[in-house]
Amino acid sequence: MDRFEYIEARLFEGENYIKRDKNVKIYDGDDKTQFTDGEVVLTTHRILWGKPGDIPRGLVCLSLHLYYVFCIEEESGGVFGLGGPKRIILNLSPSLPGKRPGPAVVSTYHFLKLSFKDGVDPAFFKALYDAIAAKEWESPSTVATSLSVSSPTTSAKPSGPTVNSKIRSGIVGIERSIEEQHRATDQSISVAFQDLTKLMEKAKDMVAISKAISAKIREKQGDISEDDTVRFKSYLMSLGIDDPVTRDTFRSDSDYYMGLAQQLSDMMVGVLMDCGGIMSLADVWCRVNRARGLELISPEDLLNACKLLQTIDAPLSLRKFPSGACVLQLNSQRDEEVAKNISGLLEENETLTPVKLSQIANVSVLLAREHLLITERLGMACRDESMEGLAFYPNLFLRESAS
Amino acid sequence: MTEITWPWQYNFPPFFTIQPHAETRAKQLEAWQQLIVEYLKATRQSTVDVRETQNNPLFNNTAINRKLSQEAVLTILEDMARTGRAAPTDKSKNVWEVYWHSLDEWGNMVYNWACSNGLNNSVCTLFELREGENTVDEEFHGLDMNVLLKALKALEIKGKCELMEFDDNQGVKFF
Repeated sequence: MDRFEYIEARLFEGENYIKRDKNVKIYDGDDKTQFTDGEVVLTTHRILWGKPGDIPRGLVCLSLHLYYVFCIEEESGGVFGLGGPKRIILNLSPSLPGKRPGPAVVSTYHFLKLSFKDGVDPAFFKALYDAIAAKEWESPSTVATSLSVSSPTTSAKPSGPTVNSKIRSGIVGIERSIEEQHRATDQSISVAFQDLTKLMEKAKDMVAISKAISAKIREKQGDISEDDTVRFKSYLMSLGIDDPVTRDTFRSDSDYYMGLAQQLSDMMVGVLMDCGGIMSLADVWCRVNRARGLELISPEDLLNACKLLQTIDAPLSLRKFPSGACVLQLNSQRDEEVAKNISGLLEENETLTPVKLSQIANVSVLLAREHLLITERLGMACRDESMEGLAFYPNLFLRESAS
Repeated sequence: MTEITWPWQYNFPPFFTIQPHAETRAKQLEAWQQLIVEYLKATRQSTVDVRETQNNPLFNNTAINRKLSQEAVLTILEDMARTGRAAPTDKSKNVWEVYWHSLDEWGNMVYNWACSNGLNNSVCTLFELREGENTVDEEFHGLDMNVLLKALKALEIKGKCELMEFDDNQGVKFF
């Protein structure tokens, strides 16, 4: 009851009339009050109560700001809940300092009831609920006007109501904040992926554009210095392959693999030359996909394409070692060449382990091992298996007997 | 005990690993067989017990910290058996007789000795052959009894001698 204040029944600026009802009694908590059989007017900002006819005439009446109300509920009246709800319970936040005088200074209750003689009109309840939810009084225009119109004491409400409506304690509060977080995360994720999809869509256009530009440069070769062309091309290259072979540009799988194989051979020859002429298939796969950027290929596609390398007379080929390791190697890296090379190294070092060879020849340990095994298979090395592991020596057995 | 001159292979670590490469392996096994025979001859042994090879200096070169595994020894001995230069004495193939010469060669050696000493149609005891003063310079002097017996049996099949037993001694009659 202490939240009520006496005021003349006039609307503030920006405040709007919503609904009215008759024959309303006010309860302070569970206690009856002298305010019975009155008229209630609901506005966007307040609930006004007055004796019948007082409000339309603009006389002094009771006013309750809606920002005090944080929750409303219906109380079913009558025996066994028959006849529908009779009362609306308004749960109120504590009264704020500086409010106008009202019918009561203190109240032990933190709620009050509006009792409707003819039962609660569902439309009224709904309107009240909406008005509280809408928080019209928080919108800046209203605040400004209410400041100017109402007395400074009333309007000097700090952010009290706002704070009250935000702070929700208890499990519900925690759940809500978690829910809000989820929503925010969800939104940011979907935004992020939207970008990615768009990028994928654009990738093809980008490729086309870059091709067009490079074509133009070629036409204007005379105007542009060689340097610029080279630089531009290196930019294009750093973007990846300028025209990735993709599945949908081919009618059948075998055509696709053929195209892929061709591209593979074009691309890997240089790389292989830098890397000692041989590279494990896993490394190749990484390299290829790195270069392709977006149009990635599966390991299986790569393997199928590699199998076709021989049919297109590529200068490199797929090689499966007896140990099961798959590599892509330049055709110049024939066994005989490798063995000759390794046996030379063996002579120099007297003995080699795969690890040692991998350091000397700058290849992976796996490949170094394969190299040594090749050499052994060709009778140019012999093995020594001991506690210290596998090592290889020049094949003195055969050499000594020959000499 | 005679000092053994080890071949160069003995100090070559791969020698102690059976090589997978066929040609190399053949050379390696050959070298091993030679070494084993040389060693046994020098130490005047004729049997190899596979179970005792791990501490035998023949198969364990402590200088380079390498030794030939039992399986590898068995591989070599089985290869020797194919060319008649060794034979297992039991089913479990633990103890092997290793012949410095093949049984035929031994037989011929004894027979030639007998012929050159005019012992045809006369009888010698096996003890005489192994320990007798006349055979001191012969290679088969001190030869393992079982090996000698096998060699003579092979000779008997060819009809060049006849083994006979009298009392607790064994003798042989050359034809």
